[in-house]
Amino acid sequence: MEPENILKMEGISISFPGVKALDNVAFTLRKGEIHALMGENGAGKSTLVKVITGVYEKDTGNITIDGQPIHFKSPQEAQNSGIGTVYQEITLCPNLTVAENMFIGRGHYSFVHWKHMNEKAAQLLDSLGIPASPGQELSSCSLAVQQMIAIARAVDMDCKILILDEPTSSLDEDEVKKLFVLMGELKARGVGIIFITHFLEQVYEITDRITVLRNGKLIGEYETDSLPQIELISKMMGKALEEISEIEKLAPDASGQCVPVFEASALSSDAGVRPFNFTIQKGEVNGFAGLLGSGRSESARAIFAADKVTGGEVRIKGQRVKIRTPLNAMKRGIGYLPEDRKGDGIIAELSVRDNIILALQVLKGFFKPLSQKQAQDFADEYIKKLNIKTPTADTPIKSLSGGNQQKVILARWLLTHPDYLILDEPTRGIDVGTKVEIQKLVLGLASEGMSLTFISSEIDEMTRTCSRLIVMKDREIVGELTGANLTENDVMHVIAQGGI
Amino acid sequence: MDLSKTDVLPTRSKARLSNSNLLFLIAAVIFIVMYVFAVISFPGSFMQFQTFVDFFNLNAPLIIMTLGLCIVMIGGGIDISVGSVCGLVTMACAVLLESHIGNVWGAILLALGIGIAFGLLQGYLIAYLEIQPFIITLAGLFLANGLLTMLHKDPINVTRPDFVALRDFDIVIPFLGTKNRLGVFIPCEIKPGVIVVVVLIVLLAALMKWSRFGRNVYAVGGNSQSAMMLGINVKRTIFFSYVLCGLTAGIAGFVFIMTTGAGNIGNAAGFEMKAIASAIIGGTLLNGGVGNLLGAPIGTLTLLIINELIRAAGVQSNFQAIISGLLLYLFIVLQSVVMSLRDRKKISLALPPWVKLPWFRNKEQSV
Repeated sequence: MEPENILKMEGISISFPGVKALDNVAFTLRKGEIHALMGENGAGKSTLVKVITGVYEKDTGNITIDGQPIHFKSPQEAQNSGIGTVYQEITLCPNLTVAENMFIGRGHYSFVHWKHMNEKAAQLLDSLGIPASPGQELSSCSLAVQQMIAIARAVDMDCKILILDEPTSSLDEDEVKKLFVLMGELKARGVGIIFITHFLEQVYEITDRITVLRNGKLIGEYETDSLPQIELISKMMGKALEEISEIEKLAPDASGQCVPVFEASALSSDAGVRPFNFTIQKGEVNGFAGLLGSGRSESARAIFAADKVTGGEVRIKGQRVKIRTPLNAMKRGIGYLPEDRKGDGIIAELSVRDNIILALQVLKGFFKPLSQKQAQDFADEYIKKLNIKTPTADTPIKSLSGGNQQKVILARWLLTHPDYLILDEPTRGIDVGTKVEIQKLVLGLASEGMSLTFISSEIDEMTRTCSRLIVMKDREIVGELTGANLTENDVMHVIAQGGI
Repeated sequence: MDLSKTDVLPTRSKARLSNSNLLFLIAAVIFIVMYVFAVISFPGSFMQFQTFVDFFNLNAPLIIMTLGLCIVMIGGGIDISVGSVCGLVTMACAVLLESHIGNVWGAILLALGIGIAFGLLQGYLIAYLEIQPFIITLAGLFLANGLLTMLHKDPINVTRPDFVALRDFDIVIPFLGTKNRLGVFIPCEIKPGVIVVVVLIVLLAALMKWSRFGRNVYAVGGNSQSAMMLGINVKRTIFFSYVLCGLTAGIAGFVFIMTTGAGNIGNAAGFEMKAIASAIIGGTLLNGGVGNLLGAPIGTLTLLIINELIRAAGVQSNFQAIISGLLLYLFIVLQSVVMSLRDRKKISLALPPWVKLPWFRNKEQSV
């Protein structure tokens, strides 16, 4: 018997200025299945989701739900037709209470029954084990809790179709487990679930089928059990996966006597890191490892003076200097690629070119503008060098995919030719292919003599790229690993034991 | 590797005060402190109950206007046309009442009609054509001003007996009042405009707290993109917030002429700025999503008491404006500091996106 299709999409195309985001894509979702939507960044996954939920209007194609052709013009129409969505970015209102965020905009009502709503919310929060109270303002919850609340909202909507776009990126293992149990229950009830994630293990753990997209085109639809992981990756990337292990790591600089490029002693900042010592040699790649909240980003920010430095001494090439603001740091040849790409990194409305030349322009001072020609040359050079996928250098950066935005910011710093570059989570939310590209780039830069600090929440990525890892826990350095000790196991050991 | 978080809140922690309520509380405390200070400094006048009532009697239009403006500001917008619309309404009503077809009910309808018309026009342009509210309502300000001068250039004193009766009507509360210097008991008098104020405060505050529309306004002001994704009709919500604001400006206009009894080009001039200042002092954030309608009258009264204090202290009138301006700076900075201390973020001025440079706007988008 043919399984019942709950959602059927055919011939979906949509274009944005200069980009064909989706090109003749088909997608089907069965009743009671979990269907993974896979693809690299910019493959069109989120776009496809937004076409289903009515955020974008498709140019061509048909969508049917339960055999009925539909044409949503807004998210609320989709929501009313039984489509629950958890978007990649948290789409809740920070100034409303937790309970309101779960119930606002749903159903037909004219007045809010606060008591009733809070009771229902409390039940729901309890059943999912979310540590939040209905009456608290959403902005006082952590990101992970907010994400769980968004999921709770979608789950409670009694929907036929549930779309989860990267719901697990800010959740810890326990929360992911809870989510999977929940997804299993919904599946048993006959809900069709579209699941988007970058974690391959999660795909194999829970999904029934996989649809792969690449560059806005449909690559294929597969049964999860019959598609080996390596094949999935190669389908996503469109080429056989280059063995990442082939990346040749640089030998750590043996000549310990030479003056460190950067040296800090007892550095502390108002973000709450304990005073720490830190050095980096020319051409070295090191990293801060640790769990989220261990102080790894805060340490990097202290070095760049992105947080207020409250104490300590800093030497650059042996010379004592004062770094009080990011501009001081930039002038001393330090670059910092922030963790929060959207908030601290890109200027969404500006073009790719303007985003690239920004740091250089700041260094030169705004009274000596780069000429149009220079700017264009620089932009072209780095777009080519880093393989940034953008229609033109004039395209606003906000219309690029996450991975390409990250490359633009990387280009921005490379253009200033820093001696020392800090990369905080440069690979977050980026597909496998771009990750490898960025890792290679890091090692390439180091071999040219640049010093880099690489921070990532994926330890295996750090053990591959860094020659020295500084392990942090509870905002304190608890250990340092080099050479043969530099394995994922050792890192976890150090964190677990709080020291070597 | 799993990423365990360190900042999970304890389960069922007692919900902390929301930002809206915190700012409202601050506004209320400042108001009380100011009033106590005023009573101590000038016990002769501020101790009298009539003085307190007169704040409402004389400033009902400003309070009403501030209520509507608060709704727009909570929704993340701004309306600087309210003062001019109010002025236009007073003149239009005066012209109508003095003409042979005029009557009081017609004037009320005209007042509401003009207010709603401005609300509809501006709401449509801002919500559906997505034009900056500052620009649109600036245009509205000019338009209303121009219409006002076109209607009539000279002051009109309304002399219709039924209107004069309404103007002079006072509600006398015999058991509340003060003795004058000769020891004669003077009962407290309340103007009908105050009743309008009280009714509107209750109605609109309830609307914002319990109605779907009210909560949607908060959601849109908090994050309009998210609000859209949550299934809220953002455009309609913004549209109606401006219609409501226009309506309150119309009501304010009628209450204005009901109090003064005359149409004049200078009526309600500069009220839009007073209303914005009142809203801010009353705890409404300029960048939207945070505010409490009960703060509107409190903000207005605080502003007025400050002005009264300065006047009573015998300071020159131009100093009054300077001090009001400085106090407003102080309030905005205070709010920003409080908000940023709460979230342990870096201090950034709580200003709406349309005031900030794009550079800063983007830096804060993530939060």
